[in-house]
Amino acid sequence: MPIFDKKHAFPGKLIIVEGIDGSGKSTQIALLKKWLESQGFSVFFTEWNSSELVKETTREGKKRNILTPTTFSLLHATDFADRLNYQIIPPLKAGMIVLADRYAYTAFARDVVRGVHPAWVRNLYNFAIKPDISFYFDVPIHVACDRILSNRTQIKFHEAGMDLGLSLDTKESFKLFQTKIFGEYKKMQTEFALTTVDATLEIHDDQEIVRAAVKEALKDYSKKRTIYAKRAKVFWRRFTVS
Amino acid sequence: MPNEPKYFGEGLPYLKPFSLKGKLIVLEGTDCSGRSTQIALLKNWLEVRGYAVVETGWARSNLMHKSIELAKSGNMMDRMTFSLLYATDFADRLENQIIPALKSGHIVIADRYVYTAFARDSVREADPHWIRNVFGFALVPDFVLYLKIDMDTLIQRGLESGGINYWEAGMDLHMGQDLFDSFVNYQSSLIAEYDKLAKEFNFEVIDGTKMVDEIQDHIRNKVKEILGKPKALPKL
Repeated sequence: MPIFDKKHAFPGKLIIVEGIDGSGKSTQIALLKKWLESQGFSVFFTEWNSSELVKETTREGKKRNILTPTTFSLLHATDFADRLNYQIIPPLKAGMIVLADRYAYTAFARDVVRGVHPAWVRNLYNFAIKPDISFYFDVPIHVACDRILSNRTQIKFHEAGMDLGLSLDTKESFKLFQTKIFGEYKKMQTEFALTTVDATLEIHDDQEIVRAAVKEALKDYSKKRTIYAKRAKVFWRRFTVS
Repeated sequence: MPNEPKYFGEGLPYLKPFSLKGKLIVLEGTDCSGRSTQIALLKNWLEVRGYAVVETGWARSNLMHKSIELAKSGNMMDRMTFSLLYATDFADRLENQIIPALKSGHIVIADRYVYTAFARDSVREADPHWIRNVFGFALVPDFVLYLKIDMDTLIQRGLESGGINYWEAGMDLHMGQDLFDSFVNYQSSLIAEYDKLAKEFNFEVIDGTKMVDEIQDHIRNKVKEILGKPKALPKL
């Protein structure tokens, strides 16, 4: 089934990061944002599952454990549709660079592991637009798990996939769940031509790879000046003697 | 006789196999077509005859009604978000209410079903394949009764029952100069969509402008057909 094959015609650029928990994608996108801003680009950041519209419902549903794989999937799709409408398309139309921490691929991985049909969830997101670059941070399960388990004292119920009943032990469940998600990402690397980054490298080295790829993708992009750039120009003009 | 569940599309692949002992009856129709009046009468009649009935209604899930109210009060919702909120509501009711009731042998009467989403999306010029695929997890009902009314009846009833609201008038579509014009244009397009769906999905079309009792008789005769011969009720 063809999906995300439509290149958007907006003047802005959409860059997204994907990967299992502990792959370092959030660290990398934060550093990318810093760099782009320092270069005078106008950047907008959006994050998976953060829309106000369904936040309360998702939280309630998770807390009371009444979500089914289908309602779980649909709620995240609703969140995504709302953010696409409010947070992704407007800045792209305004010519900004939109950075998204996780995109529809997260749903394709997690929801399929929870048991919905792969074709169904792909169709569900068929209204989404194809990113200009999709980074996939590839890391072996044990490395990702070590990072997460050593950094956090507590793993949330759904993060660990406890709703799947894989194991009664949170850590064990987390590992099994991440392994399954990893398997889905592997399939998607070729299906969606994701830009794979070796996430076992040092943070700095990975960031260099990311920046090089972004630089390449921005070749045909005309920069939107940020507020700061405009101010600087006005400041300079005041001292011009004509 | 228990039935295997039949779905519009991919269904719910993660559920263990099950069979359905009850029947799923759907009432469809535009606003003011008399669905709730007929459902109340039908429910009462079935219960008197000894059938356990569960009623389920559009946008009435425990999970979603808050989000839907929030979205409706804000008005700035795009078409996809709108459709997905209702799909989530439907999925919650399907898995937590409709399927359990059918498994245990209840008769489920649904006030509106997936066809409402199909009609509303078509009027909003969405891709018809997308919304049909989204609802690929839905059970195919045993039959669909469509209460068809014309625009004149709809206007009269709409105004008599306390006026028109923003969403009934499809104001998000900017289809008219004022509330009334928009209401007429929106509801007419919906009637046209329902007529198309009636052919596509083989609805039992019922003239909703007839007297309440006449319509109810028609509905009961159809319901008798699918329930098969009823056991004789003991007289007291």
